[in-house]
Amino acid sequence: MFPGLPDEVRERIHQIDVPFNTYGLDRFGISRDTLAWFYGFLTPFYRHYFQIQTAGIEHVPKAGRAMIIGNHSGGIPVDASMVMTSLFLDMDPPRHTHGMVEKFAQKWPIVSQIFSRMGQLAGLPEHAVQLLESERILLVFPEGARGTGKLYQDRYRLVRFGTGFMRLALKTRTPIVPFAFVGGEEALPTIAHSRILAQLTGAPYWPIPPWVIPWPMPVPCRIHYGEPMTFEGDGNESDEDIEARVVEVRERITELMREGLEALELPIPEHLGMDLEERA
Amino acid sequence: MKVLITGISGALARKVAVRLATAGHTVLGLDRRPWPDAPDNIEVFEADLRKRPAEDVFRLHRPDAVIHMGTVTHLSAATEERYRINLHGTRAVFEHGNQYGVGQTLFIGRHTVYGAAPDAPLYHSESDPPLGASTYPALSDLVAADLFAGSALWQWPEMCTSVLRIVYVLGPSQRGTLASYLSGPFVPTVLGFDPLFHFMHEEDAAHAIVLALEARLRGVYNVAGPQPVPISVLARVIGKRTLPLPEPLFHRALGKFGLPWLPRGAESHVKYPVVIDGSRFEAETGFAPEWSEKATMESFRWPG
Repeated sequence: MFPGLPDEVRERIHQIDVPFNTYGLDRFGISRDTLAWFYGFLTPFYRHYFQIQTAGIEHVPKAGRAMIIGNHSGGIPVDASMVMTSLFLDMDPPRHTHGMVEKFAQKWPIVSQIFSRMGQLAGLPEHAVQLLESERILLVFPEGARGTGKLYQDRYRLVRFGTGFMRLALKTRTPIVPFAFVGGEEALPTIAHSRILAQLTGAPYWPIPPWVIPWPMPVPCRIHYGEPMTFEGDGNESDEDIEARVVEVRERITELMREGLEALELPIPEHLGMDLEERA
Repeated sequence: MKVLITGISGALARKVAVRLATAGHTVLGLDRRPWPDAPDNIEVFEADLRKRPAEDVFRLHRPDAVIHMGTVTHLSAATEERYRINLHGTRAVFEHGNQYGVGQTLFIGRHTVYGAAPDAPLYHSESDPPLGASTYPALSDLVAADLFAGSALWQWPEMCTSVLRIVYVLGPSQRGTLASYLSGPFVPTVLGFDPLFHFMHEEDAAHAIVLALEARLRGVYNVAGPQPVPISVLARVIGKRTLPLPEPLFHRALGKFGLPWLPRGAESHVKYPVVIDGSRFEAETGFAPEWSEKATMESFRWPG
């Protein structure tokens, strides 16, 4: 089965925490073959191209529901696929991560098909609840697509965090594992946005790096996971109460970004973790 | 219990009728179409639900319960006719039921009322809005009939009404909406899309309807089958090949080259999934599908 795949990937795909039926499919439409292909494709990027350093992976629960929350960075969101690969390669047993995909991508032929065979469902609260109640791991970037639309000069700032993830975590009693992804802004620094290409593809942004084609450079990146955070509540708190908890997560992610940048010996921008509109 | 089944000559309705008769109920049927080899213990009246003789069946036989399976899709009726059957027929069932003392009415609806769209969730719950008509106009009358049946819960509160939204039914009878889509040598799909299809075995569907009747369910319920599968897997397992067509060509090619015809807007249901959560129904009736997705597909492939 799966010729041409590294042995490591082939073994791990059979240990992954997804209950497949006779056809290698799960109830959300994930296909084992597609996953094997996907992780097989990403493994060299993870190990060699970006040389991802992972710290604190032990903070990700070995079983049961969890929400992984972090900063979004670098034009094309390589952060999502690298976080997924880190849970696949660096956890024992490996775990599969469900991302929440922007709705525009569901309209693209082929792309939407691949996303759904990998369990990357449209970013809807219904999906988040269904996945968490099935004891899956959910990856959420509370900055949303706007997070990837940061210019290089604004690297490691954070755009306003949505609060939906916190209500969902409280409602479904899910622990939050904060993480920082650093290096992504250096891998694909966005110097400008192309409005025309964004409109043509229906994407919210089309990033233009200095080398024009939006393809990330092989710079070392680091994923820094923090200890799980659990919050008391049922998700029906006032906006103000929710916002306070979101700020806690955001501050934790900012700290993790600082630790990550230090570990990579990258300069720490003065505006680290600040709102996009705030000046340093 | 005396049970009247409207649309009894349909493939699924016949199975429900036989199950009820075997369980000792008195079964009557109403349909414009004949059921030539109906069992002796099932009395079938050939009449149009919207015409006077149908009302006479209610008046003379006074059924305790009615199972309304007399709605139609684009497959069996043209648009105007379909509106009349689905909307006026459904109203007639409830009005006659109310007038002639029917205590319980089951409306057998479809899971497609939720509609298929890029931003629709998987596993619809009963509280999700039925948006089927927004992308697929040919479903508008079925959505309206479903909602009308739901309105019986407050219009005629003394009648016990349940609306069942059942996934596609598949099985050896080779009949039904999904079966006709799968009927040709090639299954037309939209290039680059491979949505999950949610279906159940026809025997499981018949069993679920009988359970709903016996449990005197009240309200709107999804009735789901085993795990949904992508259309590519469905086609492969039933021994067919998919014919992925670029979207601009999809509608033009339908009805030609041995491909099935589908109304405008049907492509949304071939691009995006309609998957439902049947857990409420299962909790209240103890229903669990006996046929796995594999067994269901294979029973369709090899009806013998």
